[in-house]
Order: sequence, then C-alpha cells, then structure tokens
Amino acid sequence: MNTGVQATGSTQASLSGSQESGQAAVRSGAEAVGVAQVATLPMSEHDEQLARPAAMEVRGLNFYYGTSHALHDISIRFPERSVTGMIGPSGCGKSTLLRVLNRMYDLYPGQRATGEVLFDNQNILAPGVNLNVLRSRVGMVFQKPTPFPMSIYDNIAFGIRLHERVSRSEMDGRVEDSLRRVALWSEVQNRLHSSATALSGGQQQRLCIARTIAVRPEVILLDEPTSALDPVSTARIEELLDELKGEFTIAIVTHNMQQAARCADQVAFFYMGRLVEVDSTPRMFTAPREKQTQDYITGRFG
Amino acid sequence: MMNEPTHTVTRYDQELERLRGIVARMGGLVERQTAQAIAAVVDQNEEAAREPPRLDAEVDMLEREAEQLAIRILALRAPMAVDLRQIVAVLKMSGDLERIGDYASSIARRALKVEQLEGALSFSALRAMGRLVQENLHKAVEAMVENDATRAKEVWNADTEVDEIYTSMFRELVTYMMEDPRNIGPCIHLLFMAKNLERIGDHATNIAERIYYAVTGDMLPAERPRGGDAAKIIPG
Amino acid sequence: MSSTSPSLMRADRSRALLVRRQLSDRLATGFGWVAMAVVVWMLGSILWTLLRNGLPGLSVHLFTRSMAPPGQDGGLANAIVGDILQTGLGVLLGAPAGLLTGIFLAEYGANNKLARMVRFVSDMLLSAPSILIGLFIYMIMVAPVGHFSGFSGSVALAILAMPIVVRTTEDMLRLVPVSMREAGIALGAPKWRVILFICLRAVRGGVMTGILLAVARVAGETAPLLFTSLGNSEWSLDMSRPMASLPVAIYQYAGSAYQDWMQQAWSGALLVTFGVLIINIVVRVGTRGGRA
Repeated sequence: MNTGVQATGSTQASLSGSQESGQAAVRSGAEAVGVAQVATLPMSEHDEQLARPAAMEVRGLNFYYGTSHALHDISIRFPERSVTGMIGPSGCGKSTLLRVLNRMYDLYPGQRATGEVLFDNQNILAPGVNLNVLRSRVGMVFQKPTPFPMSIYDNIAFGIRLHERVSRSEMDGRVEDSLRRVALWSEVQNRLHSSATALSGGQQQRLCIARTIAVRPEVILLDEPTSALDPVSTARIEELLDELKGEFTIAIVTHNMQQAARCADQVAFFYMGRLVEVDSTPRMFTAPREKQTQDYITGRFG
Repeated sequence: MMNEPTHTVTRYDQELERLRGIVARMGGLVERQTAQAIAAVVDQNEEAAREPPRLDAEVDMLEREAEQLAIRILALRAPMAVDLRQIVAVLKMSGDLERIGDYASSIARRALKVEQLEGALSFSALRAMGRLVQENLHKAVEAMVENDATRAKEVWNADTEVDEIYTSMFRELVTYMMEDPRNIGPCIHLLFMAKNLERIGDHATNIAERIYYAVTGDMLPAERPRGGDAAKIIPG
Repeated sequence: MSSTSPSLMRADRSRALLVRRQLSDRLATGFGWVAMAVVVWMLGSILWTLLRNGLPGLSVHLFTRSMAPPGQDGGLANAIVGDILQTGLGVLLGAPAGLLTGIFLAEYGANNKLARMVRFVSDMLLSAPSILIGLFIYMIMVAPVGHFSGFSGSVALAILAMPIVVRTTEDMLRLVPVSMREAGIALGAPKWRVILFICLRAVRGGVMTGILLAVARVAGETAPLLFTSLGNSEWSLDMSRPMASLPVAIYQYAGSAYQDWMQQAWSGALLVTFGVLIINIVVRVGTRGGRA
C-alpha cells in the first residue's frame, strides 16, 4: 500500500510555495540580529528530512470548542517520513491540533474547525470525507494504553478486519508482522489468544502501536504516548518511533521536551492556541528565534 | 540580558548566576595578569613581573570550578537553548581565559630579559600591540560579563590590527638577528612575547565568538578577518 | 516549667492527636462491623427460616404434581414451569429492549431532550409500584380479550425488568473510558462496531449482572401477575391462557388455613430464593473473565 507516498509526492508542486516562505523567515530572522553571513550549522540530516514533500499540511486552521477559540490560524506542514514533535504547556492547543488531523473532534458536538488540512490532495475538513477511511490512513495512539477487551491477536485483527478481507493465514501473517515491528512478538507469541489487558503498561502501548500500524496508515499521530510509562518502556517506544519513521509520517505531542529533542526532526511550539514557532529540532533547542519559545524550553514559565 | 524572566526553579537561576560569576572573576584576573605582564615589559617593572605567575594558581582553580559546575548543571538540569549555549560557552571560555593567563605569565617571566633592546623600534611596536591586546581583552571580558553581542563582534573584527603589528614586528626582529647575532637571545624573547600577545588576542576573539553564539544563537563565520601572515615572511 | 518548652508541647499535642485518631479509627471500624453483623444476621435469619420451614416440604411430588385441593397431596409443578416460562419470556422481551435503550442513552442520546425524557421515564418505571404495571397490562391486554393469559404476565414482567437493564447498561457503558472508544474510532471503526465489539465487551460482566438483577427482581413478583396471568391450578403450557406461577401460588397458599398448603408455600419460597441464587452464581462464574 504505497499509494500514500505517491499521492503525497504529487502535492509537492503546491507545497513549494510555503516552503520558500519558511526559509525566508529564517533568513529575515538572521538579518534581524545584524549578521551578514551566518555560518550554517551541520544539521543536514534533519534539514534533508524536512525538505521532503508534506504528507499533511495545515493551512490557516482555526478551531473552536463551542464559542471558545482554541486554535488561531495554524499553518504547519508535516514532511513525509519525518517526526514532528509538538510541545507547549497544557491547554496550548497541541492535542487539539492532533485531533483535527484525524477528525477525532467530530465525535463531539460543538467542536468545529475552519481552514484547510491537506492530505493526499484533499482537504480533509471538507464535508463528504469518509472518516473511517481517513482514520485508517491517519492512525492515532493515545496517552493511556487502550487495549481492547479481547485477545492480543484479536486486538490487532480488529483493525484489519474493518478495512480488508483477508484469509486466515494472511491474517496470522499480518498479526505476526505487526507484533514483530513493535518488538513484541517474542514476548507474546505463546499467548496470542490470551487477554491483552494482562500485558504490562509498556507492552500494552506497543500493542496499541502494533494495532495502529497493522492497518497500514500513512500518518501516525501520538498523543503523549509515553507519559504513563516507565523509562525503559519509554526508551523502547522512542526507539520504535525511530524505526517507524522510515515508513510513516509521525506527529507526536509530548510534555517531555527531552523526548521531543530525542525523537523529532522538527519541533512545533504552541502557546495559547497559537503556533509560536516551528523549526528543525537542533535549531529549536539550541537557538529558537522566538522569545516565548526560548522562555518555555529553558524553563522560564512566566 | 535585558529583563530576562526568572526561571521557575530558583536554584537553577542561582547556579547559572554562580557560573557566570566564576568566569567574570576569571576575566578580571587574566585582564590584570595581562596588564601586569605588559607593564613588566614596557616599563621593565620587576614588581609587575612577579604578579601574573602569582595569580595563575587562582585562575587554574577557577577554571576547574567552572568546569565542574557546568558539568553539574548539564547533568542535573538538562539546559536548553540560551542556557545551553551559555553553559557551553562558559566551558570553552574558561579554557580560553586560563590559556590567556598562561601566556601572560610566560610574558612576565621573559619581561626582564630584553633590557638591552630597550629603545629598539620593536619595543614600541610591542607597546602598541600590548595596548591593543589589552583593550581587546578588556572589551571581550566586558562583552562576556554583559552578554553583549555587538561588543563581541567589535572584538572579533578588531584583531586584524594585532595580527598586522605582529607580522611587521616579526619581519623587523628577523632583520635585527641577521644584523647582529648577539641580538638573537633578546630578540627571541621579544618574539616569543609578541607571539604570546598575539595568542592572547586570538583567545580574546575566541571568547568574542563564543559570546556571540551564546547570545544570538548564530555562529560567526569560521574564518575571521586576518591581518598578515608571519609564516609567509621566511621562505621554507 | 518543662511544659512550656516548645518541643515538649509539640510532643504532647501530637500524642493527644494520635490518641484521638486511634479512637475515631476504632469507633468507625466498630460501627462498620456492627452494621455488617446486622445485615448478615438478617440475611442469615431469612435463609434459616426459609430452610427450616421449607426443607420438610421438599419432595418428589412437589416437582411432579400440579396444584391440588388441600389434603390431596398436590405439588407445585405447574407453578414452577409457569414461573420459568413467564420470567424467561419476560426477561427475553425486557432485557434486549433495556439493553438497546441503555446503549441509546449512553452512546447516542448524550444529553439531548429525548434522552433526558427516556431516562426520566425509565427511572419512574424503576420505582413504580409493580401492581400499577399489572393494572396497566390488564387494561391493554387482558380486558380487551376478555381473559387472563401467561403472555400478558410476561409482558408485565418485561416492563418491570426493562428499566433495571436500562440503568445498569447505561451506567456500565459510561464507565468505559473515553480513550477506549476513541481508540476504536481512531482505527476507522464505525460507531456501532465500537459499541458492540469494544464497549459492551469491556463491560459484559456488569451488563450481565444487570440482567440478573432484573431476573431476580421479576422472578419473585406477585402483584403484576395477579392481574395478568392470574394463576391456574391446572397443568398448562399454553401462554395464551391463565398460567400458574410460584409467587402467586405462594400468595394463594400462604394465606390459606390448610397445613399442607402452607407447607408448600414455604417450599415454594425456598425454591424461588435458591433458584435466583443459583442463576446468580452460575452467571457470575461464567462472566468472570469479562470483568478483568
């Protein structure tokens, strides 16, 4: 199912405009400090990933919870096969943005979004979008592990069965493959048919990631996926993200700045419903342009 | 830095302040060492010559203190952005300052061995160079204490002149030595002192570079303006 | 004066505090034990009375013979079967309706007008006197056709069972964490699949308990049956005709002056109680896996 890569590839032309304006912002930032020639730092690995076409692009997004205006004119691109970290204090809108990307907010009346979220040449905010298909292509992992009350095997098969008809043997293969990719196979292969709720927290979260990738999405959204886990499980998940980004576009909301620094290629800082700054991770954590960003990431919380 | 908001963890701010205090003190000490060393040469002042080596021990101690505190903050506080840049800058600047102290001591130890050349042209060149280096170092330390990127950039640009004087001095001393072999001893001392001064100037620009990055987050170009190259004077 | 020294004063105060806390702790624990003992004693004495009075009447005849006039050594076979049929059909009608209503209230109604109304009516039914239900069914199912029937008894029981299932189902579904629902939706599952295969599965133990509560409640109902299935001393499996049931039989026999009828009433009560108890235990053991 490589259609996603091809499809996002075709959006390249329409994206180049905003890319240029992004670089212009960097330049003008440098000029503001009065340096004629600023030496470029060796950040090529990240820059190369960020230069890729966007798997998803948000343009002029506004979001409302009833009458409260939660997101103000957000524009951000998620380059394909890269990790975007989203940071900011509680209530800054980072999770809200995440829930716009798979239209999870549709579950709740009174929540609405205006603007554009481009995915595969389509504005997913437009009416008539098939949400079930969208969500199969934009997967999500939550803060608390949410294994379904069924066996480990069925947890993974559940998602696959929703969208595809596969033979028994193919299903076995898909389940095994997904579990292997999250490095859970060796731990659970002998108890595939016992309840998933008996697994440890870290295992449960990896199962949830396996469940998400089993559906073969193009984008994976993670909402503080390790905040309920111990450091060892957290490290495992971070390692996993590093592997998965070779195939998926990942957006991760985290309260842990170090985690964003470790996992992300680009980092977006949100504050009071606004996107204050987005830049490559090394740049963001060594020399952010905005004072608000700097105050937040250095721990000077007004 | 102007009206910087305080850190949510007060102890963290205190530690950063202490770290800056240590290098500020180091800056003051090496400025004094350099000033005394230069005075020792140009005024042939014995008392001044004793001062720089005497202060060296304290500078070394402060350097170690700065390093330990910086590592501690890095390990325990995981500093980010401007804090991270500042701490790394402090780590490197303390090294620069310690080297400056060493060069100043080295100058002071040779200061009284060049008596016979007093009145030679190079002596006034050395005097001029000393004044320049001292001025640059002073500005660099000031920029460091005040986190002043503009002043740091000035220091970084001003080193050209020091290089130029050094190059012409080198040429002149080579001529002296060829004229009269008896001049070789003092000339070499003079040359070494000039070289040491030139190195002090280099370290001052290093400090300026680090401050500039710490404050702005942008790096100055890797190549800085140079004023002549002594290596080209004597053909290989 | 040593008592004025601050450290000593603190020690005194903390000791007094400690004593007070220990005292109130023991007091509360003591009340707990007493309350529990009272309840257990009441339950125990009910069971004991039932066993003492009911056991002597247990015989093969009780299960094989239908009700008969006093002195003719009758049984309760027709009442037992009638009870099972009417309760069974009642729950079969009431539980699915209650389940669906509960799902509607928890998952679809949210807090709109219709849902609030349904919830209100359901709660009213929950506390409505059961004899009113009997009367209501009498008016719409018995009076028009002109005779009592087992079927109308089942409908009355279904109406009694439904609100219990509605409430437990709604409460249980509300216990399912939002994140579980969202996780299902996030995989691209339609809402009904999430509700059926994830939410209901997660609380199947609780929902079953609710249905059981309903069974237990209606199995012992007498009042609504008096107006609907009436009771029948003959053996009958025809639900369109009047039908016997244990509670009605107990009601009838216990009020009589005949020794053997009164004995059978005790035994009948014993059967109802233990019947409900056994169903409870069986289903609890059966659904244990689902509650983890």
